Amino acid sequence: MSALAPAPQAAAGTAGASGESPRRSPGSRGAAARPARQGRWTPWLYLAPALVVLAGLLAYPVYQLGLISLLEYTQAQVSGGEPTSFQGLGNYAELFADSQFWHVLLATVLFAAACVFGTLTAGCALAVLLTRVRALPRLLVMLSALGAWATPAITGSTVWVFLFDADFGPVNRVLGLGDFSWTYGRMSAFALVFLEVVWCSFPLVMVTVYAGIRAVPAEVLEAASLDGASQWRTWRSVTAPMLRPILLVVTIQSVIWDFKVFTQIYVMTGGGGIAGQNLVLNVYAYQKAFASSQYSLGSAIGVVMLLLLLGVTLVYLRLLRRKGEEL
Amino acid sequence: MTGPAGTGPARTGLRGAVSRTASRIRPWRLAAESAAVAVALAVAFPLYWMVLSAFKPAGEVRSAQPVPWTLNPSLDAFRRVFGQQEFGRYFLNSLLVAGTVVVASAVIAFLAATAVTRFRFRLRTTLLILFLVAQMVPVEALTIPMFFLMRDVGALNSLLSLILPHLAFSLPFAVWMLRGFVKAVPEALEEQAVIDGASRTRFLWQILFPLVFPGLVATSVFSFISTWNDFLFAKSFIISATENSTLPMALLVFFDTETPDWGGVMAASTVMTLPVLVFFVLVHRRLVSGLGGAVKD
Repeated sequence: MSALAPAPQAAAGTAGASGESPRRSPGSRGAAARPARQGRWTPWLYLAPALVVLAGLLAYPVYQLGLISLLEYTQAQVSGGEPTSFQGLGNYAELFADSQFWHVLLATVLFAAACVFGTLTAGCALAVLLTRVRALPRLLVMLSALGAWATPAITGSTVWVFLFDADFGPVNRVLGLGDFSWTYGRMSAFALVFLEVVWCSFPLVMVTVYAGIRAVPAEVLEAASLDGASQWRTWRSVTAPMLRPILLVVTIQSVIWDFKVFTQIYVMTGGGGIAGQNLVLNVYAYQKAFASSQYSLGSAIGVVMLLLLLGVTLVYLRLLRRKGEEL
Repeated sequence: MTGPAGTGPARTGLRGAVSRTASRIRPWRLAAESAAVAVALAVAFPLYWMVLSAFKPAGEVRSAQPVPWTLNPSLDAFRRVFGQQEFGRYFLNSLLVAGTVVVASAVIAFLAATAVTRFRFRLRTTLLILFLVAQMVPVEALTIPMFFLMRDVGALNSLLSLILPHLAFSLPFAVWMLRGFVKAVPEALEEQAVIDGASRTRFLWQILFPLVFPGLVATSVFSFISTWNDFLFAKSFIISATENSTLPMALLVFFDTETPDWGGVMAASTVMTLPVLVFFVLVHRRLVSGLGGAVKD
């Protein structure tokens, strides 16, 4: 916030300067001709391409999503065989009456919570560990984390499935599990996906939190130690509070990403597991729409997800506002 | 990764604070360092196993007693992958789609980020919140309306049907992250440029753009990855024109069977991971500082 404060004056100063510039150098007539107008409309001119793309390819589809969720929309309507009919909230009523929906919703929330918790714990613990080791071990951890981070979700998924493969995977050999199939049971399949998700998402948390710890000014830490604070006390009362904004951001990002997880579940459990035991909302919506052509039900699930994530976003903005931070 | 630059004052401060108890700390540090090395090995293991299995001869991949090395590396798996119908074409399609999205979203996001950081105008905060909210939209849920939209504009089965949605989905985060980089360029520079007679457009492209370029590259990693990764749109929108399919589809050909060809899957995975890895290693420094910027604001 404080860093932002001088911006308005500076911007105003610039606008004023651009108004004067023609007298100094007649070459730039663009800025000269209509100084005030240009100052006012320039941001919108710059924003125009982004807004056009987002309106056409994001806002419009979201609107369509909401619309389809209120219609009767199946294969017949897609091919034009039957006219679409307005259902009102009928699709939602059908969805909420379906016990599978509630099961999937619960599984999604629990799974996302587990992933967020695992990611944050691993990321923060390793960030702290990084501050306690010398350059070489730190470089090794950073490099391997970078590798995991860069791995595309789809290849990460195939590799982890192979690692835990019942017949040819090394993990079962090392753990002596014989031909135990990880994807057969519901819990073990979720556990496998959980491991992959944590593996590919902890690096972001680790790197940001580590950068945050590094950014704590040395004088503050010194002052704390001069005042006789123990290391734990320093961490709890100095470092942790300074890290709070960073932790908030990575938590929210993790919540969003883990709630929307699709690729890992889809690839690792073969589209939602045996009899749909590993479905999460995102995969569930996709299966409803494209596997069973119930486009309106799939859209209704999409709307539910959208609203839940919107709720998370609002909480996030609230927290930001409460701290008096400006965007 | 912040390397020597990051080990500045904070580090010496920490050192100073703990030096009193250094003798007591040393065994702890040894334990911490062993733990760090163990973690590094564990985290790197899946990637090591992927590359290893890609080079193992078929018999060793399908061995019930897999070993973490191979004495006769072979390129058979890669040959199978590249021998697969039109694999090279899929690779090029993937590159083309990801490349277009990266360039287009970088330019568009640069303009938008400049607007929201360098100007004060009504609705500015609202727009920023919208960019944030747009990031939350579950891409996969939009597959359904996006499918109909692509069908209506006649883009179905073409690479355009992959480029357009990914452009839209990577923009909000790119704008969000670029803000930090644009903000980091001092306002004084702009004033100076104006005094020197540069027009706004000229300042934008000849001064600001080159300065923000490193940040653009870092931001691009995310657009690149999400586009490069995508198999859902490729699966849903490229229905009949398989010559327009992308890399993940080729990978899934090996994977989606009762008895997957693991050597092929690992080789294809390696081929698919490599470009991203190279990209990442090249830009990781900027990536970290960029995230720092995005996070701090």
